[in-house]
Amino acid sequence: SSVLEGLKYANSHEWVKHEGSVATIGITDHAQDHLGEVVFVELPEANSSVSKEKSFGAVESVKATSEILSPISGEVIEVNTKLTESPGLINSSPYEDGWMIKVKPSSPAELEALMGPKEYTKFCEEEDAAH
Amino acid sequence: ISVDALKPSDTFPRRHNSATPDEQAQMANYCGFDNLNTLIDSTVPKSIRLDSMKFSGIFDEGLTESQMIEHMSDLASKNKVFKSFIGMGYYNTHVPPVILRNIMENPAWYTQYTPYQAEISQGRLESLLNYQTVITDLTGLPMSNASLLDEGTAAAEAMAMCNNILKGKKKTFVIASNCHPQTIDVCKTRADGFDLKVVTVDIKDVDYSSGDVCGVLVQYPGTEGEVLDYGEFVKNAHANGVKVVMATDLLALTMLKPPGEFGADIVVGSGQRFGVPMGYGGPHAAFLATSQEYKRMMPGRIIGVSVDSSGKQALRMAMQTREQHIRRDKATSNICTAQALLANMTAMYAVYHGPEGLKSIAQRVHGLAGVFALGLKKLGTAQVQDLPFFDTVKVTCSDATAIFDVAAKKEINLRLVDSNTITVAFDETTTLDDVDKLFEVFASGKPVQFTAESLAPEFNNAIPSSLTRESPYLTHPIFNMYHTEHELLRYIHKLQNKDLSLCHSMIPLGSCTMKLNATTEMMPVTWPSFTNMHPFAPVEQAQGYQEMFTNLGELLCTITGFDSFSLQPNAGAAGEYAGLMVIRAYHMSRGDHHRNVCIIPVSAHGTNPASAAMCGMKIVAVGTDAKGNINIEELRNAAEANKDNLAALMVTYPSTHGVYEEGIDEICNIIHENGGQVYMDGANMNAQVGLTSPGFIGADVCHLNLHKTFCIPHGGGGPGMGPIGVKQHLAPFLPSHPVIPTGGIPEPEQTSPLGTISAAPWGSALILPISYTYIAMMGSGGLTDASKIAILNANYMAKRLESHYPVLFRGVNGTVAHEFIIDLRGFKNTAGIEPEDVAKRLMDYGFHGPTMSWPVPGTLMIEPTESESKAELDRFCDALISIREEISQIEKGNADPNNNVLKGAPHPPSLLMADTWKKPYSREYAAFPAPWLRSSKFWPTTGRVDNVYGDRNLVCTLQPANEEQAAAAVSA
Repeated sequence: SSVLEGLKYANSHEWVKHEGSVATIGITDHAQDHLGEVVFVELPEANSSVSKEKSFGAVESVKATSEILSPISGEVIEVNTKLTESPGLINSSPYEDGWMIKVKPSSPAELEALMGPKEYTKFCEEEDAAH
Repeated sequence: ISVDALKPSDTFPRRHNSATPDEQAQMANYCGFDNLNTLIDSTVPKSIRLDSMKFSGIFDEGLTESQMIEHMSDLASKNKVFKSFIGMGYYNTHVPPVILRNIMENPAWYTQYTPYQAEISQGRLESLLNYQTVITDLTGLPMSNASLLDEGTAAAEAMAMCNNILKGKKKTFVIASNCHPQTIDVCKTRADGFDLKVVTVDIKDVDYSSGDVCGVLVQYPGTEGEVLDYGEFVKNAHANGVKVVMATDLLALTMLKPPGEFGADIVVGSGQRFGVPMGYGGPHAAFLATSQEYKRMMPGRIIGVSVDSSGKQALRMAMQTREQHIRRDKATSNICTAQALLANMTAMYAVYHGPEGLKSIAQRVHGLAGVFALGLKKLGTAQVQDLPFFDTVKVTCSDATAIFDVAAKKEINLRLVDSNTITVAFDETTTLDDVDKLFEVFASGKPVQFTAESLAPEFNNAIPSSLTRESPYLTHPIFNMYHTEHELLRYIHKLQNKDLSLCHSMIPLGSCTMKLNATTEMMPVTWPSFTNMHPFAPVEQAQGYQEMFTNLGELLCTITGFDSFSLQPNAGAAGEYAGLMVIRAYHMSRGDHHRNVCIIPVSAHGTNPASAAMCGMKIVAVGTDAKGNINIEELRNAAEANKDNLAALMVTYPSTHGVYEEGIDEICNIIHENGGQVYMDGANMNAQVGLTSPGFIGADVCHLNLHKTFCIPHGGGGPGMGPIGVKQHLAPFLPSHPVIPTGGIPEPEQTSPLGTISAAPWGSALILPISYTYIAMMGSGGLTDASKIAILNANYMAKRLESHYPVLFRGVNGTVAHEFIIDLRGFKNTAGIEPEDVAKRLMDYGFHGPTMSWPVPGTLMIEPTESESKAELDRFCDALISIREEISQIEKGNADPNNNVLKGAPHPPSLLMADTWKKPYSREYAAFPAPWLRSSKFWPTTGRVDNVYGDRNLVCTLQPANEEQAAAAVSA
């Protein structure tokens, strides 16, 4: 599964892309691969707030339903409403069309604590080996 | 001739336990043991082994089949079936004989499992889709599940939905006092665990000003019969952000404006009066319908439309990942069954009568009620409530008790509301003669100058036009083409032929105990003296039932080593919940309000954490070691760390991994030493009976799945029964009932009931004769042999399979318990094969797959039970071994990993007979991979069903016929 340069990663398999005052959040290619084909995505409302390591939504496949944890805290400024009609975007394009929410980070320092691409790749390898 | 040779020859154990003594020895030898007993001694830990089990009186030896029927006839004769006008959610109904004989009494409908394997379940899936369509059409809401346990618990589930919709932020649930008393009590009990406050008020006094209300429950028509216009009520609730739950009646909805048109958010009720007998309380199919918006919060099973591998329409269960085996304590509910058999009867009743037929039944019922009300007004001896009604007339009089007694002398049961109030509920079976008898009852000795017949022309309609139903319902052709008996008979058989059941082959589902459901056990279930009892009939009329409850309670106490039993929980998950609530009530009675920590091993069934969450408990998970056993040190640490707040441990025994854990007695001690109670999940009781017992091991409470160990058939996905047994110190807290007080059997000295768990006092009483007759005919020896042979059969199969598939988890002496797990994980890498591929290929061999990917992902769990013969066990093993060879063809590169006989399975005739065949293997091999298939073959009716398509395009009702044809045309 692919891991992109320039993104930050959480150990619960979400990614964050920080551009200016906006951070875009989604789940990684590794996560979508393990979940299988996504059939439903539950998203928060715009203007709600999310907290680091707290659930903001859920992704449902035919195999499992997983809570999605926010890698950072902040205010939700936009949600990807296309996922309601086309949840499969998470499988086909986890890092682009399958993004989930855009957040205005409340403590940008939280981003520093996340993993970089190399670290995350290693983390996934170790986790797979443990199972 | 010897005296023994002259004794009755219709003994039962040899019919139930399949292996003969010779076979037992042969199979034990094959497993490496001298005989059956040495195998058992090596399997069940000595420290928990019972010397023997003994029943009192006639039951120890076991009754023969004919003696059993005689005994049940005697009990039946002690039930006095009065004509019931009690109502309150239970009504007499004419079960159409074609449905009675061909569904309720037909093993092809009552012995199937839940339709997880969709390709061999299309018959009941279609019928359940019909059920969902009946519910959505009549309630006017677009989404329905495939049934719930009873109306009371359905209302409680709706209450939990309201709480979830408002994300737990508003903690009051309002119940209007016009709901049935059992509905109110079940909700009140359930609310406790959710930390919800229930306020019961008159509908006029409903007040949302606190701003803390998540939902309101009203009944339509009300429990005392009134039909109110809820239009303004719903608007007001919504204006206050409050969700509206409406309990309703299907028959009434053929005449009344449906709740969906008032804007109700959730609608619940019971489908009982659509052709399912009252049965002293159940089983019946309850329903829950809601809007599209809340469909993902709906509890229970939902049938949905999808497509199969060739693009043809096919049905399967939808949105399964909401269920507890995945979501555990975050599940929408702990409910993990339905009332499939009863939902199918309800649906078939609607198919048989059709919209016009149902409406004429409703009009008849309404007309008889109306004529009765008119007559009472003319008599002038009592006042009739002046509100619109459908089938229930509320009467006020000076001495209601006197009238109630006069009625009883005429073998008529009325509902005595209070000393001045009676209600009279009419139903499909009421006749003009019955109404005349009622006139006599209410005339208090005065001559009656008229008859129901003479009054009939004077009555028009008591339903105002604003509440009269105008929208059509049941317009689909299925509800309009099977109104003659021949047509319905053939429709029932057409569906049943699509479903694999125990009539065809063994269903070796691990943790499900699909054993024989013997005919003698099933027979009393449809005897009128058992079917036609109203659950709230005075107890002295139900002495046959009561005697059976007493006997059954005592037998179950002996089997489990407990002191008292509650027969109220009507499913396994309901039993879990009830058992934990008993523990909760016990701690509270001792002032230990803070004890709320529940330790649950990660290997537990998902209902365990889901049930604990419903009791407001905090779940602490403990792991298992490499051998699949509970990690005792981790458990000890968890118990000690939480010793001030420890409430309970939930543990399954033998473990969900199919092993008799050696340390179970120590585990129980650790919990007790730290102030907790031990809850044992009785799912695996079939490996304990007569060999050990939950009470002996050290558990304080345990539920029994009577539909597993004690022979109640699975019904294609329900009914079940989940009674709980407890030690003496917990007996006072067993559930009671607001209408007919009940409690533990045998009765404890003191009572302090936790509340009400089910709508009916003794749960699904009608199916208790099945478990009772099983135990009584087997006797203590037969039951102990059953456990031993169940273990033998599992070990025999494990031995036969172990050189073909790795067997995960064994006990200290290398044996398994009554079930075992084979590991398929390796095949994903070597051949691209997953458990689903093996399960689907088994269908081509004529078998239902074992439990898939539980409790370990990537595995199959096999439970043969004692009632499968060696020949059948061998046939199943042969199939699995043959499939293993098919896998090795892929491993060797002789078959394409993406296009092979496993990936292509199952192979329905439509695929095999198509003009083109492009698969790289032969049609003949696809269809006939084993010799026995030549003489008899069960055909899957669809190719592999696409779960993703169905969950992305959720459709949960029958589609208009033209769309179906269009879909067929596209795929053709």
